[in-house]
Amino acid sequence: MIRLENLTKVFGMPGSGITAVDRVSFDLPAGEICVLLGPSGCGKTTTMKMINRLIEPTSGKIFIDGKDVTHIDPIQLRRSIGYVIQQIGLFPNKTVADNICVVPDLLGWDRRKSRARAAELLEMVGLQPDLFMKRYPKELSGGQQQRVGVLRALAADPPVMLMDEPFGAIDPINREVIQDEFLRMQKTLRKTVIFVSHDLDEAVKMADKIAIFRAGRLEQFASPEHLLSNPATPFIDTFLGSDRSLKLLRLVQVADAMLTAAIVRPGDPVARARELMHNNGQPAIVMLNGEGRPSGIVAASRINGQESAGRGSTAEGRCREVAEPVRVTVPVKADLRSAVALMFTHDMPVIPCVDEDGKLQGVLTYRSIVKSLANSKIAA
Amino acid sequence: METLQFAYDNISLIGSRALEHISIVAVAVSIAVLTGVPIGLAITQSKRAADLVLYLASMLITVPSIALFGLMIPLLSPLGYGIGYVPAVIAVILYSQLPIIRNTYTAIADVDPALREAGIGMGMSPLQRLRQVEIPLAIPVIMAGIRTAVVMNIGVTAIAAYIGAGGLGTFISRGISQTDPRQLITGAVAVSILAIVVDLSLAFVQKLLTPKGLATGVAA
Repeated sequence: MIRLENLTKVFGMPGSGITAVDRVSFDLPAGEICVLLGPSGCGKTTTMKMINRLIEPTSGKIFIDGKDVTHIDPIQLRRSIGYVIQQIGLFPNKTVADNICVVPDLLGWDRRKSRARAAELLEMVGLQPDLFMKRYPKELSGGQQQRVGVLRALAADPPVMLMDEPFGAIDPINREVIQDEFLRMQKTLRKTVIFVSHDLDEAVKMADKIAIFRAGRLEQFASPEHLLSNPATPFIDTFLGSDRSLKLLRLVQVADAMLTAAIVRPGDPVARARELMHNNGQPAIVMLNGEGRPSGIVAASRINGQESAGRGSTAEGRCREVAEPVRVTVPVKADLRSAVALMFTHDMPVIPCVDEDGKLQGVLTYRSIVKSLANSKIAA
Repeated sequence: METLQFAYDNISLIGSRALEHISIVAVAVSIAVLTGVPIGLAITQSKRAADLVLYLASMLITVPSIALFGLMIPLLSPLGYGIGYVPAVIAVILYSQLPIIRNTYTAIADVDPALREAGIGMGMSPLQRLRQVEIPLAIPVIMAGIRTAVVMNIGVTAIAAYIGAGGLGTFISRGISQTDPRQLITGAVAVSILAIVVDLSLAFVQKLLTPKGLATGVAA
């Protein structure tokens, strides 16, 4: 969908100028989000701005849908590409509706059609149209302004969007919310997005492909999983940081890493639990109630401790007598990062994984997490 | 008391001279807006042109009005307009250029670069940007410049009485030549009141013209 071929930008005189972008090539399939990532001054924004010809390339070519952008009138080209900037740039003299409809109005859409479109878009991000259409930007919170900024880029339903650190000016909590919102919209909209960011976490979260830039050169173009597990150069390795395997956690779903749970019933003898632990090497066994929901945890540390304390009689009792309450469970759709956070916070060596009804689907242990990370490296 | 009596007796004369006064300023400032605003917009394209134009306009404003009137007599006499209404209007046009050009230029140059970038990035042509974004945002500052020009030139026009342009200045010049404080004070007070009333009315117009989404207008 978007193809760059040896794209180069030299600012100043050729030969003596500064090479901001140096022979960058990549091919982004339709419907994917590509995050251009790198330290400031690495050429990522310049690369993005060449796509809608805010900056003209020194050499190289850009194709959108097979068409060379230099053969398209820049004004027509820009109207066909959604554009979101970090400073949002809502026009303070225009209402929210008029801001969203800037491009439809430039394209000469019927007014009723464009306003209906604005209302529909506002609805999508949970802003009530009858409340917000007639407001002015200064009457909105920062998060609301940023949403309107994104809607404005979506208004004419362009297949391609350019987003220049679009969520950079928002506080971290709202940023997460808006990122999730955008990803949810993207699931149905399937835009081809070029997204500039300097935030690795954001890139890992948003991207189908990450393009890492350094001093004007494209160092690696790969999926986040591939990038985190196989950094192509020492620079990328450093850039990703020593915690890159932790970042990988975010990309794996609990459902893909959990183990089949060995279970006990409250009435089972403790010996049964000990036997299961011995067989599968897990540090604890989940106890299930009649509805298939976890009702307790039988931990090895607990029954073994009792044994060494010489209270063999309890150890030979029933599981319900030694089980600890289930302090926390994790949904199978969550990512491993939140699962690990829960395990740390609640000091749980084994965490039950449940479906939407709270029924047990499997368990996560530290070892299963490490193993699934190792597997994703091999797969990637 | 005598002055009040004088003013009361000559109320219709004051009215007609005030109208002459307003007519000079209104015609001249209207023409100045038609020249100054486009010049102000044009010089945003080039820093060097802006510096030069603003420098010339500043020089103009330092010429004392009485000297400017004096200069225009030999220049306009061959055309038959050496004194009276025409040179007064021309002087006011010249004096109005600086506040109007400067405020237009500053207002446009101060438009948030992010808005400019958003406009370009979404595919607005330069004229569309000017019309939809830059001018609406610049209006409060441009209006402030026009108000400055108007108030300043109500004063300048009072002096134009010396070249026979009429207006409220006539009371002042006659008051001086006839050592008649009644006329002098009547003229001075009338000019002041006129300046205040016109400024307040323009402040109201400024408020009406300021786009609703903007914070309250910016002072000059």
